[in-house]
Amino acid sequence: MAKQLAKAILLLATLLLSACRQGVLDPHGPVGAAQRLMLYDAAAIMLAVIAPVIVLTVLFAWWFRAGNRHATYRPDWEYSGRIEVIVWAIPALVILFLGGIAWVGSHDLDPPRALRSNTEPLQVQVVSLDWQWLFIYPGRHVASLNHLVVPAGVPIRFSLTSATVMNSFFIPQLGSQIYTMAGMTTHLNLQADEPGRYEGLSAQFSGEGFADMRFDVDALPAEGFEAWVGDVRTKTGLTNSGVLDAPAFARLAGPARATGAATYADVSAGLFDEIAAGRWRETTSTAWVSH
Amino acid sequence: MFGRLSLAAIPFDQPIVMGASAVVGAGLLAILALVTVKGWWPYLWREWITSVDHKRIGVMYMILGLVMLVRGFSDAIMMRSQQALAVAGAAGYLPPEHYDQIFSAHGTIMIFFVAMPFVVGLMNFAVPLQLGVRDVAFPVLNSVSFWLAASGVLLVNLSLFVGEFARTGWLAYPPLSELAYSPGVGVDYYLWSLQISGMGTLLSGINLTTTLLKLRAPGMGYSRMPIFCWTALASNLLIVAAFPILTATFGMLLLDRYCDFHFFTNGSGGNPMMYVNLIWIWGHPEVYILILPAFGVFSEVVPTFSGKPLFGRRSMIMATMVICVLSFMVWLHHFFTMGASADVNAFFGVATMIIAVPTGVKIFNWLFTLYGGKVRFSVPIYWTLGFMVTFVIGGATGVMLAIPPADFVLHNSLFLIAHFHNVAIGGVVFGAMAGYTYWFPKAFGFKLNEALGRGVFWCWFVGFYLAFIPLYVLGLLGATRRMQHFAHPEWQSLMNVALIGALFILLGITFTVLQLVVSIRDRHRNRDLSGDPWNGRTLEWSIPSPPPAWNFARLPQVEHADAFWVAKQHPKVAENAGAPKTYTVLHIPRNNPTGVFVAFFATVLGFALIWRIWWLAAVGLLGVIGVTLIQAWRTDGEVEVPVTEIEAFERAHAGRVVA
Repeated sequence: MAKQLAKAILLLATLLLSACRQGVLDPHGPVGAAQRLMLYDAAAIMLAVIAPVIVLTVLFAWWFRAGNRHATYRPDWEYSGRIEVIVWAIPALVILFLGGIAWVGSHDLDPPRALRSNTEPLQVQVVSLDWQWLFIYPGRHVASLNHLVVPAGVPIRFSLTSATVMNSFFIPQLGSQIYTMAGMTTHLNLQADEPGRYEGLSAQFSGEGFADMRFDVDALPAEGFEAWVGDVRTKTGLTNSGVLDAPAFARLAGPARATGAATYADVSAGLFDEIAAGRWRETTSTAWVSH
Repeated sequence: MFGRLSLAAIPFDQPIVMGASAVVGAGLLAILALVTVKGWWPYLWREWITSVDHKRIGVMYMILGLVMLVRGFSDAIMMRSQQALAVAGAAGYLPPEHYDQIFSAHGTIMIFFVAMPFVVGLMNFAVPLQLGVRDVAFPVLNSVSFWLAASGVLLVNLSLFVGEFARTGWLAYPPLSELAYSPGVGVDYYLWSLQISGMGTLLSGINLTTTLLKLRAPGMGYSRMPIFCWTALASNLLIVAAFPILTATFGMLLLDRYCDFHFFTNGSGGNPMMYVNLIWIWGHPEVYILILPAFGVFSEVVPTFSGKPLFGRRSMIMATMVICVLSFMVWLHHFFTMGASADVNAFFGVATMIIAVPTGVKIFNWLFTLYGGKVRFSVPIYWTLGFMVTFVIGGATGVMLAIPPADFVLHNSLFLIAHFHNVAIGGVVFGAMAGYTYWFPKAFGFKLNEALGRGVFWCWFVGFYLAFIPLYVLGLLGATRRMQHFAHPEWQSLMNVALIGALFILLGITFTVLQLVVSIRDRHRNRDLSGDPWNGRTLEWSIPSPPPAWNFARLPQVEHADAFWVAKQHPKVAENAGAPKTYTVLHIPRNNPTGVFVAFFATVLGFALIWRIWWLAAVGLLGVIGVTLIQAWRTDGEVEVPVTEIEAFERAHAGRVVA
């Protein structure tokens, strides 16, 4: 029993270390890196307070056990002004410090805030569907389903909305997540520092197909990204015409499980705004309610 | 005739559901048969079902909580095994439409029908005794509250066999919970069972608040009120302030679903985010409604088992009330990722952290209560020490989550799940178990088995760490909550560890049942004849165990915060020892079936509304109104307890103490 426990603890410790090479502890962009630093800071400061508390709890309980003749019993000791000041001051000081970090961090890492960079940001519009992700590149007039391709080293400016229920757009290794909500547009700025493949997902439960709402994020070198865009433009993709317009979008909107990636060679202008305003639904409402 | 109800509502095609239904049904039938054969119905009806005695009602709340803990835990172990099985393309054994109901039911049941009954039950049982009074302010209303909670429980469990439960998560965020996306009866089951039980909770909150503010033993000013009563006051004030918000929010969602309103719909001017705000304006105070009484239990256990007064009593009271007020100012931290401005996020982040200050003070105060004590290692102190060690970890991760930019990467992850189970299990469950063990001998006159009690503790303690430390790690790896399957085979070993942890907790729950059986078997050996088995400090220990219906034959005169402790130190001054005791005739509230009848018709009403059987809904509604009106015109609310009966009881108890 004890041996198995020790084994389990050892396994946990190994996995804990491996955690530092995956997910939010292995950021590949400036936002995620700043957030990891914040997590480490907060964890270290809190640990500095709670570790002694845990040790003292065990120590006091053990030393002052009823059977210990060496411990002094103080049956009436119930107040000490000095200790009172200290017990209010320690948490207050810690929170003053962490509160400062929170305040500054909230402003520095505010999702709509543009990243500091000399490069012009790339606009990407994100639409969550039941249960897929649609990415529209308004500057390039192409779109991609369940597959996000971005240039590495370039700030990405996301505008996000939902065609249906709420989801949360999240790429753990790049940093901040944000909700996608029908009838509303949220904004998020992220950047992948180096080329690579990252995992994207929905972090807000949205129904039956939620667990499959994952997408690959490919950060390509700048020229690779332009090559990808060129490639998409020449393909016909999902629709015969290759155009993603309101009727094509209504067919796409689901409900349907994510089955794989796809691309659109052309996107009708203003489609994202139509979706965000909920106007597309007026033409297709009957089909929708039956879901 | 039957609205949407038909035979198709019973899931004959789902072996797991039908199997569970068969087991539960057979169990229920066996219990009913046993009660009928043994002829226990009159006893149950007289002594429990129609009882308006706060102690009996408290015990029934605890039983309700324990039963539902088994139900909520079966959901938990199904989720853990599904996630351990469904890796790398495997489907597991629970399809999404079933899995989604399970995690929704798990959260709903654990908060509303396990944690709430535990906490309300402990308050119901202990508060009047600690205050030195004979009952709560409104005894019949108390019975109504309990039976309405039981009605909610009944509807939730019915959803397992007839129809379905919500597949929306335990807070049923719209637009997912709107008719357009959840057309089935699942969300209706969720809403009506919580509307009914929520009404019970609100009435109970009004009742206990009134009791605490208006009924206290002579001499018991607020400064002399035991700490558990202070935390109960804070908790019930929060109930009174927060539960109407829940009722109104659910009311709006119901109007959306039943009457084609557009409070929270996509389009037509609806705003789902308003629901998310409103539900958390109730939801965050709810967290403190649950944890503050647990803090109160620990504040009773530590001084009692250390044999010295609580350190920094004023600080403790102040910290409690600061938390009570601040708990209404932090709701937005549940959705920093909604896109509010940096100023708004920062404000709520800092406000959240400020709650860590009074909470930290409490921890230090318990620590310094241990210091200089003579700590007796009995089961309640195990739970308390386990809590102190565990809860601070949950507090630390909570502060991390309170930093908005950190929350942007942790929100909705398994890290969050680990955090709130860390404080819910490490705080509320440990507190409830400590309180259960601590007050059990007061309620029944014998102690729970000590060795098995320690077994229960160690299983929960070890099980908690094994089940939730992996979830902290998985959350950092990018694992999100409510996933029916994961695509990461490398996470399986952690999922397996978490499953083993859940099995430890299962063992703990089994030990709890075993402990109850063994303790009842050995009750004659573990009798508490003195009424004061732990060398207690507050008034509930000054009366016999179990206490008579009238609690205190003579109301105590309170001159100190630890009234009973001080009385024990100066027995002559306190009791005029030797002087003959005189008693007066007492009036105690008469048994009353109003609660169970109201709840019966409320259940009918809820069921009819869920299935849209309008004539039956009318029957249910008229029934509730009718029973209430009959109660309103009742005049024979009390029975007289003659002096001879009181004298006989007190003499018998005095004889037992001397023997």
